[in-house]
Amino acid sequence: MRYKTDSRLFAYASVIIAAVQVFFLLLLNFAARPFVGTPGIAPADGNGLNPLLQYPEMVIHPPMLYLGYVGFTVPFAFALAALIMRYPGEKWIHITRRWTMVTWGFLTCGIFLGAHWAYSVLGWGGYWGWDPVENASFMPWLTGTAFLHSVMMQEKRGMLKIWNMWLIFVTFGLCIFGTFLTRSGVVSSVHAFAQSSIGNWFVVFMALIAATCAFYFFKNKSHLRSEHKLESIASRESSFLFNNLLFVLFCFTVLWGTLFPILSEWVQGTKVTVGPPFFNKVAIPVVLLLLLLTALGPLLAWRKTSIESIKRNFTWPALGALLVGVLMMVFGVRPWVDISYFYSLMAAMLAILVALTVISEFIRGGRVISRHTGMGLPGSMLHLLHRNTRRYGGYIVHMGVALVIIGFLGSAFNQDAEKEMGYGDKMTIGPYTLVCRSYTQEDKPNYGSEWAIIDIFRGGKQIDTMFPERRFYKASQQTQTVPQIHSTVKEDFFLVKDLYMVYEGINQDTGKPIIKAHLNPMVPWIWIGWIVMIVGTVAALVPNAAPVRLTAPARVQTAPVGAD
Amino acid sequence: MRLRRVAQAALLCCAVFLCMGASDQETRFKDLGHRMMCVCGCSQILLECNHVGCQYSDRMRSELIAGLDRGDNDDLLLSSFVQKYGTTVIAAPTNTGFNRVAWIVPYLVLVLGIVGVISLVRLWKSRALVLPAGAVLPVKGAELVEFRDQARKDTEL
Repeated sequence: MRYKTDSRLFAYASVIIAAVQVFFLLLLNFAARPFVGTPGIAPADGNGLNPLLQYPEMVIHPPMLYLGYVGFTVPFAFALAALIMRYPGEKWIHITRRWTMVTWGFLTCGIFLGAHWAYSVLGWGGYWGWDPVENASFMPWLTGTAFLHSVMMQEKRGMLKIWNMWLIFVTFGLCIFGTFLTRSGVVSSVHAFAQSSIGNWFVVFMALIAATCAFYFFKNKSHLRSEHKLESIASRESSFLFNNLLFVLFCFTVLWGTLFPILSEWVQGTKVTVGPPFFNKVAIPVVLLLLLLTALGPLLAWRKTSIESIKRNFTWPALGALLVGVLMMVFGVRPWVDISYFYSLMAAMLAILVALTVISEFIRGGRVISRHTGMGLPGSMLHLLHRNTRRYGGYIVHMGVALVIIGFLGSAFNQDAEKEMGYGDKMTIGPYTLVCRSYTQEDKPNYGSEWAIIDIFRGGKQIDTMFPERRFYKASQQTQTVPQIHSTVKEDFFLVKDLYMVYEGINQDTGKPIIKAHLNPMVPWIWIGWIVMIVGTVAALVPNAAPVRLTAPARVQTAPVGAD
Repeated sequence: MRLRRVAQAALLCCAVFLCMGASDQETRFKDLGHRMMCVCGCSQILLECNHVGCQYSDRMRSELIAGLDRGDNDDLLLSSFVQKYGTTVIAAPTNTGFNRVAWIVPYLVLVLGIVGVISLVRLWKSRALVLPAGAVLPVKGAELVEFRDQARKDTEL
């Protein structure tokens, strides 16, 4: 019923949303009609779904990404509407805050589901390849995350009004740009499932969006004037400024790497590849700086933080992080041998720093409530979360990010092995011995398959049996591997690994299957961290509980001695 | 003098240890294999392409092993792959010519961004209200409500 109180703002925003809708309806009706038949003679039962997509997660991965992209239309429409009508105050931010968070949550889910799909289906043992279409989903996520942080500056201090306006414009623009990259074929991608010639439509639409935003911005710029006053560099405001700089820089780097092949071809006539080595080298330092800010930010107060306060709040988490670094070196991580080990060590220490600062914030706040209410510490911490869901839900998201980073850093220690394995043949990878018990073939209505039965031993004890498989899909005449994954959660919970096995094919000369095994440390932490991030997002969406009203103990009136 | 010799010996040991690692053929195979792409169109790093029936990756890996066995250095090996498969076989822009721009720009933007934010913070800080020492302005009415509201927002607890 909110539209009744802000009916004009809602009317403007609705028109903008309708305009976006009209563009996509034009596209569906005239440029890329979904129900047009394919040329030539169609097979009786159709071509079948691409084998890569025949996986349960594929049912929800595209809708999640879709909701993530589409959802940013709402904050964009309200921001533009507020600018067009010179809407006073920060109300448009209050109205769209939940929309932005829900959208961000969907985009996060979409990205991680895609990563999990790549890991479970593609069979190369990785989850992120810096493919242009992956990058396309990651860029609005980065600017959207920056927006979620920077709007707090506007809400609390009336700062960054212009920046926030442009940040949401850019985020929406990147959503459209992502769709353009996926569907236009302008850059080569493994995600070329649905390429078509609708690129020009998107170019025109993006130009229209940019022109509209720029026009109203210059027309009503004076409306966005804010009082920029900062009392100290050691303040929450400063940390948000640097946080936004790093998120936007990260986004620029990803965009730069994605488009550099086109630029290179245009300038020097030859196309170059910008693959994972480039992105890893350029992005990792930015991620490490972001982690440091994630750890420091919550410890800084608005306006000004004293050095004593930083020392008091930072000492124990910093010592904990240092201890982890020392332990990693004691157990064989040599940062001077390889740059990837150095990055892993730094990432581990910073992730632990983030986790410990989050825990210390919960404990500190919980103790205050416990002292005033007499509740136990766990109950107080839960109450603390409920008192300020946005802040403490956000901290849970930070904790999830730390876990995800711990999962990523394991990739520096990946191992792999490949062997032709006949009956009873053995292969060793890390502490595991793989023994081929048997291999066979099977025919099903949709596909024919070859698979092996591999027993897994650790320390002479059998811990699992795995069935890596290769399928041949009849309708599409395509071959597809089906990797098998054994997570060692039971054996080593904190240093959990994935034993990842792929049936590569049969050696035609010997008739034996070729098995490739990867040992990927810490990967399960990525999926755990993702769940924690979503839990934090949901927690931040819950309305705040009413503050606990403290009542002063009643003063006992005592009669003076000797009175009647 | 003795301490200096010990330090020199330790340095030499480290250098020998690092060089041993660098010349190891398997390490070089992994390093070079991760600096090239499979050219079958899968957009995968050469050593990570495991597409069933890939026409290229097995052959390219064999060529890489043959080059290492011949004793070719890294530059020679990479340039021979570029000659055979084109510039797109290298997984990241090289540090030559216009390709350098790819590497320079992100770091340049980072430095400019940090300088920009620091300048901004200084500018905003200089705008902060400066009161003479000991001066107290009385706060009443709506302003007091506003300050209370601000304090609530700032402390949040």
